[in-house]
Amino acid sequence: MADIAERERAGKARAAPTVEGGALGWLRRNLFSSWGNALTTVVLLGFVVWIGIWFVDWAIVHATFEAANGPECGKGQGACWALIGEKYRYIFFGSFPYEQHWRPLFACIAMLAMLLLSCDRRMWNWRLLVIWTVGSFVTFLLMFGELRFPLTLFFLVGLVAGGIGWGMRAGIASPREIAIHKALTIVGGIGLALRIVGVIPAWGLEINAFSYVETGLWGGLPVTLILATYGLVFAFPYGILLALGRRSNLPLVKGLCVGFIELIRGVPLISLLIMASVMLPLFLPTGSNIDKFLRALVAVILFAGAYIAEIIRGGLQSLPRGQFEAADAMGLNYLQKTSLIILPQALRVVIPPLINTFIGFFKDTSLVLIIGIFDFLNTANQALVDPNWAGFPGEVYIFAAAIYFVFCYSMSRYSKYLEVELNKGTRR
Amino acid sequence: MRTITSLAGAAALAVTIGAAGAAHAGKDLDAIKARGQLICGVSTGTAGFSLADSKGVWTGMDVDVCRAVAAAIFGDASKVKYVPTTAQQRFTALQSGEVDMLSRTTTWTLTRDTALGFDFTGVSYYDGQGFMVNKKLGVKSAKELNGATICVSPGTTTELNLADYFRANKMQFKPVVIEKADEIRAAFFTGRCDVYTTDASSLYSVRAANVPAPLTAADFVILPEIISKEPLGPVVRHGDNQFGDIVRWALYAMVEAEEYGITSANVEQMLKSEDPTIKRILGVTPGMGKALGVDEKWVVNIVKQVGNYGEAFDRNLGAGSPLKIERGLNQLWTKGGLQYSPPIR
Repeated sequence: MADIAERERAGKARAAPTVEGGALGWLRRNLFSSWGNALTTVVLLGFVVWIGIWFVDWAIVHATFEAANGPECGKGQGACWALIGEKYRYIFFGSFPYEQHWRPLFACIAMLAMLLLSCDRRMWNWRLLVIWTVGSFVTFLLMFGELRFPLTLFFLVGLVAGGIGWGMRAGIASPREIAIHKALTIVGGIGLALRIVGVIPAWGLEINAFSYVETGLWGGLPVTLILATYGLVFAFPYGILLALGRRSNLPLVKGLCVGFIELIRGVPLISLLIMASVMLPLFLPTGSNIDKFLRALVAVILFAGAYIAEIIRGGLQSLPRGQFEAADAMGLNYLQKTSLIILPQALRVVIPPLINTFIGFFKDTSLVLIIGIFDFLNTANQALVDPNWAGFPGEVYIFAAAIYFVFCYSMSRYSKYLEVELNKGTRR
Repeated sequence: MRTITSLAGAAALAVTIGAAGAAHAGKDLDAIKARGQLICGVSTGTAGFSLADSKGVWTGMDVDVCRAVAAAIFGDASKVKYVPTTAQQRFTALQSGEVDMLSRTTTWTLTRDTALGFDFTGVSYYDGQGFMVNKKLGVKSAKELNGATICVSPGTTTELNLADYFRANKMQFKPVVIEKADEIRAAFFTGRCDVYTTDASSLYSVRAANVPAPLTAADFVILPEIISKEPLGPVVRHGDNQFGDIVRWALYAMVEAEEYGITSANVEQMLKSEDPTIKRILGVTPGMGKALGVDEKWVVNIVKQVGNYGEAFDRNLGAGSPLKIERGLNQLWTKGGLQYSPPIR
């Protein structure tokens, strides 16, 4: 006080604190606020520029973009992008018949379209089911060339859809609707039973659009996308069931779920894949084989399911008891309570760790290379072995890393967006 | 398994297990003929031996053995389905019937031939551990390597063979033990060690492909001494001797064709040859095919579509390939090598 009074007496007021605007001000505030910070800025900036110049020089200025073979390519001082030009079709599509590469290409496009559409919240209703049915049908028709839907599948779908509808709509829907659900369930159940017993003969809806290509010839990006997408799509409901089972009051269900989750989480994915590819065939009778690709997919589903279950359990635990009790008080049955009240809230909470798991699994699918499945990373590796083009691992791995980055970064941005979008209600 | 639908992965698995009860066809050969395709286990990518090229087509020495077997059985070398197998799964894949035969740089040893229930049907490539040195050292023989620093990967038979060899020759060496193959190569090419030791075929491919600029392949020599035996060959499982015979003789036919000068280019003229041996080999004088249970033109089909042993070697591993591996032990017995086919008669 005395100080101010003194100044006022002296007739000079203290100047208002200046806030420097503009780029210069931002630079000073953020990068050069003290001698130490300025020095750090300069050193790091110098380092980044040095790396950048070196990289541009290597990757663009002195790079070779066209060459007939590796040794010719190696004469240049920089990167050999001609290798990627020669090998990109193999890296993307593996041993899929060369003239038919448009098929895995459109399969990838169908899968990406399906995934992108599913990202839109306006699609999160019956549309999602349509998108995935159509998308999956197109993808697998393109990849296999021909599909066969056995009668068993139709009965199974009827049974499951009817059962879920029955449980979900009980006490809410009109008796007419319930009757339809009941009928669907009963027809599905009886049909399935009769088919298994053998009363109904084997029949399948066959669609032969293109030449048949077996999974052994699949490779590259479609394999990575299918393993990651369908691995997680099946693992997700499975994980939800496991998480709910772990919180069940029935000791047997709870024990089984806990045992399964802990067993799977206790072993690395590699050991599960090796089990699926090395041990499983030994237990089966000679000559009978489950498709190697399917075995790997099942291993991924089992593994991802256990992890997703634990994440979802975290979400379930974060809900206050009142939510459960309120749902009970409204007379909702277990299925309605869980799907309408509990899960929407629980899943919202766990979106960041879920996407984190998804990103992790997208990359973990590359582990299938140890059982001889040619996913994207493995086809890239294969391109390196060709003696005509050997000696440029950097280029191939940078290319592969760039593709992986595009996918993982998109997922991470989407999770960020979703987090904001879903938490609008709790945000101030 | 054609019936895989995306919507029912798990259900399909259950259905498959149920359907898997069908009895095994008894004879492997019958199963192969019924299928119309030979299923051949190859490696997941070994330069010169089995490798998918830029168009995804499998090529290599091991692949050519599979093609020869298909040519003998079907008269068509393209009727092969290649199943890439890793070192861990290869034996299970053969035992469980996932593949009909293995042709993937597998060393013939007693335990594999007996306890695992397999039969090795021959040797398609005689490999062995060798040494590579920088030309500047002026070393001409492994016997001059006393006191050398040697790059080797740990925990392999390679490391044990190396120690045995130096002890037997009363020499000293300093090992530089590095786990990863590309790190070993980097250590060798930057001069951290004088010598790099591993299987000779691998040394050749490293020299052909991995020498960093400004050095070239000519700056390095692979010493003549081979200090271990690694005979690589096709493998079948016990239980179908007829199929085993076909695999065995498909490879021998390639060797025999080279010995008698039958190549993919001149096989048509050779059909007119008066030499009784060549007439027998090419089925002009019938009997051999019948004995083996294949078409009488089996050797003609193999040589025309795959080539003789020398042609396959040259194309995949030798002078005609980037690997430039010398024939060495894989030369015909008439030229000082070990490739020797029992007579086709």
